[in-house]
Amino acid sequence: MLIYLVPVSLGLGLLGLGAFVWTLRHRQYEDPKGDAARILSDRWDDRPAPADERPARARSDHAGPTPGDRG
Amino acid sequence: MAMTEAPGGIGCIGCVTAPAAQGKGAAAAENEIVLAVPGADCAACIPQLEEGLTPLPGIREARVNLSLRRLRVRHDGSLTPEDLIPEVARLGYEALPLDLVALSGTENDRIGRDLVMRLGVAFFAMMNVMLLSVAVWSGAGDATRDIFHLISGAIAIPTVLFSGQPFFRSAWAGVKRGRLGMDFPISLALVLATSISIFESFNGGHHAYFDAAVMLTFFLLGGRYLDHRTRAAARSAAQELAALEVPRAIRLTDEGQETVNVSDLAVGDLISVRPGARVPADGEVVEGESEIDRSLLTGESLPARAARGCVVSAGEVNLTGPLTVRVTAAGKDSSLARMAALVAVAEEARSRYTSLADRAARAYSPLVHTLSFSAFAYWMWQTSGDVRFAINISAATLIITCPCALGLAVPAVVTAASGKLFKKGLLIKSGTALERLAQVDTVVFDKTGTLTLGAPEPLDLGAHDAESLSVAMALAQGSSHPLALALAKGAAERGLRPAPVSEVREVPGHGIEGVWQDQRVRLGRADWVGAEVGEVTATTLRIGAREPVTFAFADALRPGAEGLVTALAKQGLELHLVSGDVAPAVEELAGRLGIPAWTAGAKPEEKAAYVKALAARGRKVLMVGDGLNDTAALAEALVSISPASALDAARAASDIVALGRDISPVEDALRIARQAVRRMRENFALSAAYNVVSVPVALIGLATPLLAALAMSVSSVTVTLNALRLK
Repeated sequence: MLIYLVPVSLGLGLLGLGAFVWTLRHRQYEDPKGDAARILSDRWDDRPAPADERPARARSDHAGPTPGDRG
Repeated sequence: MAMTEAPGGIGCIGCVTAPAAQGKGAAAAENEIVLAVPGADCAACIPQLEEGLTPLPGIREARVNLSLRRLRVRHDGSLTPEDLIPEVARLGYEALPLDLVALSGTENDRIGRDLVMRLGVAFFAMMNVMLLSVAVWSGAGDATRDIFHLISGAIAIPTVLFSGQPFFRSAWAGVKRGRLGMDFPISLALVLATSISIFESFNGGHHAYFDAAVMLTFFLLGGRYLDHRTRAAARSAAQELAALEVPRAIRLTDEGQETVNVSDLAVGDLISVRPGARVPADGEVVEGESEIDRSLLTGESLPARAARGCVVSAGEVNLTGPLTVRVTAAGKDSSLARMAALVAVAEEARSRYTSLADRAARAYSPLVHTLSFSAFAYWMWQTSGDVRFAINISAATLIITCPCALGLAVPAVVTAASGKLFKKGLLIKSGTALERLAQVDTVVFDKTGTLTLGAPEPLDLGAHDAESLSVAMALAQGSSHPLALALAKGAAERGLRPAPVSEVREVPGHGIEGVWQDQRVRLGRADWVGAEVGEVTATTLRIGAREPVTFAFADALRPGAEGLVTALAKQGLELHLVSGDVAPAVEELAGRLGIPAWTAGAKPEEKAAYVKALAARGRKVLMVGDGLNDTAALAEALVSISPASALDAARAASDIVALGRDISPVEDALRIARQAVRRMRENFALSAAYNVVSVPVALIGLATPLLAALAMSVSSVTVTLNALRLK
C-alpha cells in the first residue's frame, strides 16, 4: 500500500508547491486588495477580455526577472 | 543598521547585471507613467479610473493598483504626466506624478519574492516530512521507520540547502567579520540536525530530526520575511514621498527655456523660478522682485524680500513675482547638500544603537554553544566514549534551544505595531524605531511647520469694518502670497463678497494695488502702503488717503498640536520648543501651548547642539521637526518624527513620518511603542521559559523529535499570538 500512498501524497504536495511557485512568478501577490475587488466586477462576465485589453504583465513575465529589477 | 545587510547576499546577483538591466528598464519604462492616486481606496475606483482613461487617445492600458494606490498607464509615447493629471481629476481623483527612477526599487521587490519562494518550499517540505514523522511517532518500526526516515531526508536535505541559504549566508558573513550573531547557532543547528539525521537513518537509528530541521527553517524564515516586509513597506512609502518631488529646474538659454534635472545644473547657469515654485539651487537674483518663504530652511515664519542682488538658497519658496537666478552653487556644494552631509554624520552615530534582538542574540549564542558542548563532553565521559550518543544529545540540545520563538519575537511585534501605526497615519522607517521611541522621556519640537502649519491665519477679522475687509478681499484675490490667500479665505468665511475693485495688479515684492470708487487702493507691505512697520506678521490696506488698516496674522496651529502637548506633559515628559523664528512668535506659541522651555532664533547647528546637550544630560530625546534646519537635530536625536509636509531631507533623517495633517498620532506612536517593547520582552521571557523546561530534558537525553517539534511550534505560535494582542 505504502508504495502507492507515499508517492501520491508527495505528488499532491509537489503539485501545490508548483502552483504556489507559478502564482508567485506571475506576480499574483502584488495587489491583493485590487484583486479582491476585481473578482467582483462584472465587466467581463459574458465573454473574456480581448487579448489587447488583458493586463500586460501576465504576458510579458514569462521571461523570468523583469528588466529594471533592483539588486 | 540591518538595512545595509539585506542587499549583501541575494542582491548581489542583481548588482552584477545592473548596468545592462538598467538600460533596458529605462527603455521599457519610457512609455509608462506612474501616478500616485491617494484617493483610490475602494472597489468602485478600479473601473472608474481604468474605463475612464483607456478610451483616451494615446493610452494603451491603464491599471490601478489598489494596495499601493497607484495608477500605471502605458501609452504610445505622446503623453506626459501633466496631460494625465487633469484627466484623472476629471474622474474625481487627485493624482500626483511619481518619479519612476526613485520608485524602481520598490516596484519589483526581489528580495521579498525570493524569501516567499524559500518560505513556500519550506512549508511544503515541513508538511510532507511531518506526515511521515507522525507515522514514526505513532510507532512505525524497523524497515518502515527507516524508509520513512530516508524519504524524509530526501525531502528535507534539498529544502534545508535551498531555504536555509539566507541564514547560512548571514552566518558566514558574521564569521568572516568575527561576530557570531543569531544566525550562527541557527545554521549550526540546521547543519547538525540534518547531518546527524542522515547518519541515524542509514544506521537504523530511532530518532531522525529532519522534521525539526525543516520546521526550524520554516518558522525562522517566517520571522525573516515579516521583518523584511515591514521594512520594505516603509521603504516603498518613503520612496513614494521622495518620488513626489520631481527635481526639475527651468534653465534659460540663448534659445529660450528648457526644463532640466536639478542635477544637471552648473554654476553660472541662469534659471527661472516661478511664483509658487521652490528654488532648485543656491544663487543670486539677477532679475525680478519677489518675496521668498524661508520657513523650511530657517524656521522664519515671515516672508523675506528678494530683489536683484539678493542671495537665495535651495529649498526656499518663491512667493509673488518671477525671479531669474544665477546659480552660484549646485550639486555637492549647495546648502542642501551640505545639510545632508551634516545629517550623515549624525546618522552614523545613531546606527550604533543595539536593538533588543541583538542584545538577546549576544547573550544567547555563547550560552547555547556552551550548553551543547558541555552536554557532549559530559556524555562522552559518562558513556566512556560513545560518540554517537553524545553527539545526538548535543544536537538535540541545539535544536530544542534553537531560537524559533526568538527569531519571531521581535518581527511579529514590529509587524503588528507598524500595521497599527500605519492605520493611524504613521510610517515607521526603521526597524528599531519602536524600541527607541519607547525610551523617550524628552520631546523637542520645532515650531514652524511642525506645531504650526506654516501657513498664516488672520487674527480678529471681526474687528475690521466690512467695507475695508471687502476691499482687502478683492485685492487679496489677485495674489498667491500666503498672507493674501489667508486673508481672502478668512474674509470669504465671514460671508463677505469682494468689493468691485478694478485694475488690480500685483507689484512683486510689495503688494497688490487697484482702483476702487476712483481711489487708489493698496494692500501689502507697510512701508510700501505708507504706514508704520509693526512687529507682528501683518499686511496693511490703505484706501486713498484714509488711515491705513493693519491685518495681523498668526501662524495657524497644526490640528492636534494642542492636545498632543497637553497629553505629553501629563505623561510627565519634558517638553522643549526650539525654533529658528523670532523670539516674540516663539514665546507666544510656547505660552499658548504651555511649553516651559523655549529657544528662538536657533540656527541648524544650534538645534543639533541643543539636542546633543540634552542627550549628554542623559535624556532620551524625541525630535519632531520638518524643516531643513531641523535635519541635523532630527538625525542627532535618539528617535525622530517628521510630518509628511516636511522637506525630503528632513523626512529622510527621521525614523517615523506622520502622513496626515494632524499631529496627534505622535501620542499613539509613543503609547504603541511602549506597548510593543513590553510585548517583545514578554516574548523573550516566553521563549526562555520554554527553554527552561525543555533544555534539562534534552540534556539528560530524554528529548525526542516529537518533543522538539512540540516545543518549537507551540512556542512560535504563543509568541505570534502575544504579538497580536497589541492594541
